[in-house]
Amino acid sequence: MAKIEISPPPSGSAAPRPAAIRDWLRLVRPGDWLVVLGGLAAVGASFPLFWQGGLADRAIIRQEGKVFAEVDLKARRQVEVAGPLGTTLIAVEPGRVRVVSDPGPRQYCVRQGWLMRPGQIAICAPNRVSVQIAGRTRVYDSISY
Amino acid sequence: MTRSVIDHGPAAAPAGDGAASQTDEASAQGAAKAGRGGSAPRPAVTQLRVTAEDRRVAWLATAAVGLSLVDAAIPTPLPGVKPGLANIVTLVVLARYGWGTAVWVSALRVLAGSLLLGYFLAPGFFLSLTGTTLSLVTLGLARHLPGRWFGPVSLSILAAFAHIGGQLLLARAWLIPHDGVFLLTPVFAAAALVFGTINGLIAAKLLVEPAPTEAA
Repeated sequence: MAKIEISPPPSGSAAPRPAAIRDWLRLVRPGDWLVVLGGLAAVGASFPLFWQGGLADRAIIRQEGKVFAEVDLKARRQVEVAGPLGTTLIAVEPGRVRVVSDPGPRQYCVRQGWLMRPGQIAICAPNRVSVQIAGRTRVYDSISY
Repeated sequence: MTRSVIDHGPAAAPAGDGAASQTDEASAQGAAKAGRGGSAPRPAVTQLRVTAEDRRVAWLATAAVGLSLVDAAIPTPLPGVKPGLANIVTLVVLARYGWGTAVWVSALRVLAGSLLLGYFLAPGFFLSLTGTTLSLVTLGLARHLPGRWFGPVSLSILAAFAHIGGQLLLARAWLIPHDGVFLLTPVFAAAALVFGTINGLIAAKLLVEPAPTEAA
């Protein structure tokens, strides 16, 4: 019954590989190519559509709720933010940002690690510093805990 | 199954019940006159007549279930991303025996496959059922495309997209009621395109060969 034959039938030609590929290509009808191309386009379009906000291209660093700096996530650099407890050190790399060190007692924002997606935020509440990745679109209007 | 003929009684002649009972009464008039209680009650025998079509559906469903098991044995990096080899059977059945048979084979495959793999009535079962239903609907529509231009590869890709679409919608509506589910869409769509193309090519290859003669 339905026997699955994955290998192409032996054609007996001197160069088996191109012949095998041609055998498979013969099974694809003209409209099939259109469907494959349409599928590729749909898959390609789905990445920016569903991975909302696109790429992480900018980070907003806030201190006391006010914007301290807006940094481009293209170059590698470090930003020092002074707060009531001391200095929060923020590292910027292409496409990502993180809090390297913070004088806060529990180190939540440091342990959060790299932020890579638009809308991600690390808040160092004791030192009143936050760093957030901004995308083209805002994922959340507000977050409440 | 609508194809199976269910007959009650031993005198299941195609002549019809009325005629059969008349001749019965005529031949056994003496016994009947003595009293109805005395006559032997009709044994209620239910005969399921298995047609060649039934056998074919069963065989094809077996092949599909076997491929589902192979599918489940292949390790995947992400749950939900599967080659869906059983769809090859669905495509071949659709082309050779029509949409109705394809529905039967798919339904039996989902049922038996879930029983064998132990997820019958678990969330995975409903995901599988929804995906299969949607892809069958899509196949039912897509098979009317001009065959000269659109072959099994097209049908396979469209069905694969319908399959993941249905699964994602059910997952969003029921299992994970959060839009975060749709973050997986690009990955699933890419997998559907790749595996849909491969399955379609295999199905096309099988369809080039002449139809197997019925052994049963």
